[in-house]
Amino acid sequence: MSNASGDEPALEVHDLTVSYLRRPVLYGVDFAVAQGSLVGIIGPNGAGKSTLIKSIMGLVPVSGGWARVFGGAVKEQITKVGYVPQRESVDWDFPVNVMDVVLMGCYGRIGLIRRTGGEERVRACAALEKVGMLAYADRQISNLSGGQQQRVFIARALAQESEIYLMDEPFAGVDAATEVALITLMKEMRDAGKTLIVVHHDLASAREYFDMLLLLNMRVVAFGETGEVFTGELLQQTYGGRLTVLSEIADKVAKGEG
Amino acid sequence: MIARNINQPLAVFLLLVLVTDVSAARIGEIIENDPWEQARRFFTFSDPGLRIGLSGALLFGATCGLLGSFIVVRKMALIGDAISHAVLPGVAMGFLWSMEKDPMAILAGATVAGLMGSLVVELIKRTTKIKQDAALGIVLASFFAVGLCMIRMIQNNDGASRITGLKSYLFGDVAVLDRQDVVTMTGVVTVTVMLVILLYRPLLIIGFDREFAHSIGLPVRLLDGLFQLFLTFAIVVALQAVGVVLVSALLITPAAAAYLLVNRMHHMLWVAAAIGMLSAVIGVFFSFLGSNLPTGPFMVLGASSVFLVAYLFAPRHGRVTRWFRHRSRRRDVSNENTLKSIYRIIEKGSADNDAGSVVKIESLAGERRVSKVDLFADLRRLRRVGAVEFVDQGGDVMLTEIGIQQARQVVRNHRLWELYLTNEADYASSHVHDDAEKIEHFLSEEKVAEIERQLDYPVVDPHGQPIPGRGEA
Repeated sequence: MSNASGDEPALEVHDLTVSYLRRPVLYGVDFAVAQGSLVGIIGPNGAGKSTLIKSIMGLVPVSGGWARVFGGAVKEQITKVGYVPQRESVDWDFPVNVMDVVLMGCYGRIGLIRRTGGEERVRACAALEKVGMLAYADRQISNLSGGQQQRVFIARALAQESEIYLMDEPFAGVDAATEVALITLMKEMRDAGKTLIVVHHDLASAREYFDMLLLLNMRVVAFGETGEVFTGELLQQTYGGRLTVLSEIADKVAKGEG
Repeated sequence: MIARNINQPLAVFLLLVLVTDVSAARIGEIIENDPWEQARRFFTFSDPGLRIGLSGALLFGATCGLLGSFIVVRKMALIGDAISHAVLPGVAMGFLWSMEKDPMAILAGATVAGLMGSLVVELIKRTTKIKQDAALGIVLASFFAVGLCMIRMIQNNDGASRITGLKSYLFGDVAVLDRQDVVTMTGVVTVTVMLVILLYRPLLIIGFDREFAHSIGLPVRLLDGLFQLFLTFAIVVALQAVGVVLVSALLITPAAAAYLLVNRMHHMLWVAAAIGMLSAVIGVFFSFLGSNLPTGPFMVLGASSVFLVAYLFAPRHGRVTRWFRHRSRRRDVSNENTLKSIYRIIEKGSADNDAGSVVKIESLAGERRVSKVDLFADLRRLRRVGAVEFVDQGGDVMLTEIGIQQARQVVRNHRLWELYLTNEADYASSHVHDDAEKIEHFLSEEKVAEIERQLDYPVVDPHGQPIPGRGEA
């Protein structure tokens, strides 16, 4: 049953609230993304961008609300969702080579104790080729540059062959050539009907990279077509000091109950 | 009585146990005073007690290496230490349960205690802002303290006959292993090896990228729990022979040595298992060889020695290996510079630079700006590879055909790189020489070809000197 082509939004997030040590970090986040969109999540440091995609993936506990993928719970649709963590979240001295990492992307579909075979290897090679890293398949991951590390992470996601991808800061600390290669690849993926939700830190490039933007600062400030929401006023609301009241109250709540 | 023990400083207590332990039982009943005779008996396996000790050592050495590999790459070293201390009250409980050394009762008790320790760590982490390391420290010490008190209680209540068996859990003694222990170990090791083989991929993914493992739907917590359970088993079976205090070293050190030696996780597993076995056997050997030597410390020292060897001689990152590589690289550079100098002298003399043009050692030392002693070292090495020939006793030399080709290549690299920097990178021609002096030794054939193509096959460098062609090469 593929409901990927129905009217269901690829991703729907409803009233999602996340707290850390009783201090709310995300308030009632609501948005729905249609299939085949390339969405950027932007906002200042501490706005909860990473927390948002982690909570969608079920990696951090939510205190309210839900996220659905093609109308079903994320847990049940796990093979349709690919997650690309921040590059710094792993130890790049880990004793594996590039191929080993990309093969991890093929793992979700084969049972717990099955081994990866030739078919998975072919898939991994194709993914590596798309990010221009096939020549590095046997390279130890500790010998990669930042941009190459990110390409490997994207290749691993490609090997998952998911419908929706949630990417946490894929452009952070990569070289210019890699950034261009990755955004080109992401646009190709979107054109192929994939849905991409990308946490991004650079306002200047956000405008040209993404079809839609989610302006986030502990809550959704704005969500819509890039042309409509990339306005001075909304960005001021997202990055400006207007939310200090909100975070002050959050502090009070944490202290009052603590 | 218990109160008195608690009041005594821990160090004094440990010292007492240690002193009595050293004079405790050893492997085998017959003690040979001649170390050679003992060694012969070791290698012929003629002592039945030794055979049991050795098989036990091989078994837990392998298990510790396998599981230790995951511990090292996941930076969980302190967890192994914590579990090994936390199981002690369980060991004592196992003793109390059966009032004798029943391996299954002890394994069960220790497992329960180990899991309780893990639970308390989790509890502290979740309900406070205390982080993992401090939580582990608290649990490690308090469980260990409870265990020490319980052991002393048992020893006081229950005659001296069973004391030896219990004490070995603190400092380790292979001599106390019996057939039943080895049977238990075999079971544990078999299941552990199966676990690692079957669940290799998931464990690898969890180890490398935990969040990603969650995101593809792996049962991360279940696998973590399973891993910790087997870790506890492995610790408990090694406990008697190595002791609570040192067992974590047998988890960490062989795996750390393997981590230095190989680059892939599955290789690391087997290498670590092999080093673990080797360390355990070294421990048994020395404890068997010497009189009244405890096994645990020798096993750990065996593992540490292997680690030291890996640290110094690992193929890629070993300190000594690296030193040798640097020295050989320095020599290559020096040789190439000498060749280049000979070439330049011949070139300056505007002789047709054929093989056969003799260069005086004095002018070479002047051109190369090194002492004659250093120069001779270079020249001797170059003669050995057939690049130069000495013309007379004084040290005047000439290039052979091989030497000419090598010299041309270095000069070519140098002048091409100078040209590349001036033309493509906008360097002033007076600034490029020093850079080229370094780069000339490291340019690969392909890079040279690429530069040539980019510069459209030049013949003269920025200083007007000819770039030797590759034609005759």
